[in-house]
Amino acid sequence: MSATTLPGLRSRTTAAPVVRRRRLGPGKPIKFGAAIGPVLLLVIWSVGSAAGWIDQRNLSAPWTVVTTAGDLIADGRLQSNLWTSAQRALLGLALGIVLGVVLALISGLSRLGEAVLDGPIQIKRAIPSLALLPLLILWLGIGESMKVVTILLGVFIPIYIHTHNGLRTIDSRYVELAQTVGLSQWEFIRRVVLPGALPGFLLGLRFAVTGAWLSLVVVEQINSTSGIGYMMELARTYGQTDIIIVGLVVYGALGLLSDAVVRLIQRRALTWRRTLAAA
Amino acid sequence: MTVITTATVQVRDLVRRYDERAVLDGLDLDIAPGEFVALLGKSGSGKSTLLRALAGLDYDVEGSGELAVPQNVSVVFQDSRLLPWARVLDNVVLGLSGAGDRGRKSLEEVGLAGREQAWPNELSGGEQQRVALARSLVREPELLLADEPFGALDALTRLKMHVLLRKLCATHQPAVLLVTHDVDEAIVLADRVIVLDEGRIVAEEVVELAAPRSSADPGFAAIRSRLLDALGVSL
Repeated sequence: MSATTLPGLRSRTTAAPVVRRRRLGPGKPIKFGAAIGPVLLLVIWSVGSAAGWIDQRNLSAPWTVVTTAGDLIADGRLQSNLWTSAQRALLGLALGIVLGVVLALISGLSRLGEAVLDGPIQIKRAIPSLALLPLLILWLGIGESMKVVTILLGVFIPIYIHTHNGLRTIDSRYVELAQTVGLSQWEFIRRVVLPGALPGFLLGLRFAVTGAWLSLVVVEQINSTSGIGYMMELARTYGQTDIIIVGLVVYGALGLLSDAVVRLIQRRALTWRRTLAAA
Repeated sequence: MTVITTATVQVRDLVRRYDERAVLDGLDLDIAPGEFVALLGKSGSGKSTLLRALAGLDYDVEGSGELAVPQNVSVVFQDSRLLPWARVLDNVVLGLSGAGDRGRKSLEEVGLAGREQAWPNELSGGEQQRVALARSLVREPELLLADEPFGALDALTRLKMHVLLRKLCATHQPAVLLVTHDVDEAIVLADRVIVLDEGRIVAEEVVELAAPRSSADPGFAAIRSRLLDALGVSL
């Protein structure tokens, strides 16, 4: 009996070759992977335009867009419209940030302030800023103030929500600490409350910047006589898709650029967090 | 009477209630200047409640009794409780103005000279707790309250912290109330160990062992077994 079982035992002791399992995850990242999709789109667009598959009245060819952009820059139209747009967005953004922060501080630091302010702001949050446009046009007309106020209304909500949340979620252990080391009210705000709410504020700022451009696009297409949105709206009436594309590219570039700026500010201001992420 | 009037901490008939349940039930305690008292007790025996009462952190809690503590009290928490957005030195001198040099000296005392500009996140758990000690001692407190300050540290780091704390207490001479659940830690560090149960002091041991105190000492073992008895742990 033992002799017959031996071969079986022996075969069990010889190591079976390790079968390499197929990796279940998506695998290694592809170099410059993020660029592949956009480049592919550009290729399809170019080939489609060159071969005549894309009607120029629907979508201008990429090279037409590039030359149009060159013309617009050469005669100064792009710069002057961009400058007008940037002024509106920045003014609305700046005023919205100030308003959002002030309201968040009042409501975050006092129960009375919260009782009075938080309800109306939450109601305002439920109403899309752009839905207020008819009312704002009636009140403020169709001039610059209407445009800036619309942007402001879109901006202050995310700033308020995230800053207020940041203030309210500061760890109560730090409040206890502040008491045991005898901080005054002002020192408590300066050393604990404001730095503690900063990450929330900066998150709100990223949403606010995006919101500012969104509002800008809409207000510039209503009764404007200048700005990137006006330039595109005018191009629509003449069927100039090349100018519309230039406008879209400018909006996209502005959005990316401003988000990058906010992220840079975030990295600079939250150095203490980066060390945690790196550890 | 003279003993009582010179006491740093004086607690008489202290009662603290949460939802009708008396967590501290008529507690009396005196701590002399420079005396190191360790407070032992099971979970829920009222250790932390007593410490919070002494630290003045128990607003909104129902209670009665007399409580005399010095003006200058420092607290060391179980977590180091450093502000993550402030550098180490700024944490040490938090709330003090123009105390940079004192803060640096204090950091040197806890063995962290040169780390003034580090972020708390860059330090190990033991180092963070040493910063917390520096933050407490730079205020030259008459009373140091410590709530299981070494509870979250590994055993080796804890032994080093014991040595450091003894050295710092010898230099600064504060009265100390150390809450712990580690009987050996209490005996190694304290002049007097008290045991709290159901809101009252149920046992008290004066520790008069020669330094360095070792658990191999028969006197140490005798105190430990009496304390464990009082804690209801039978070996």
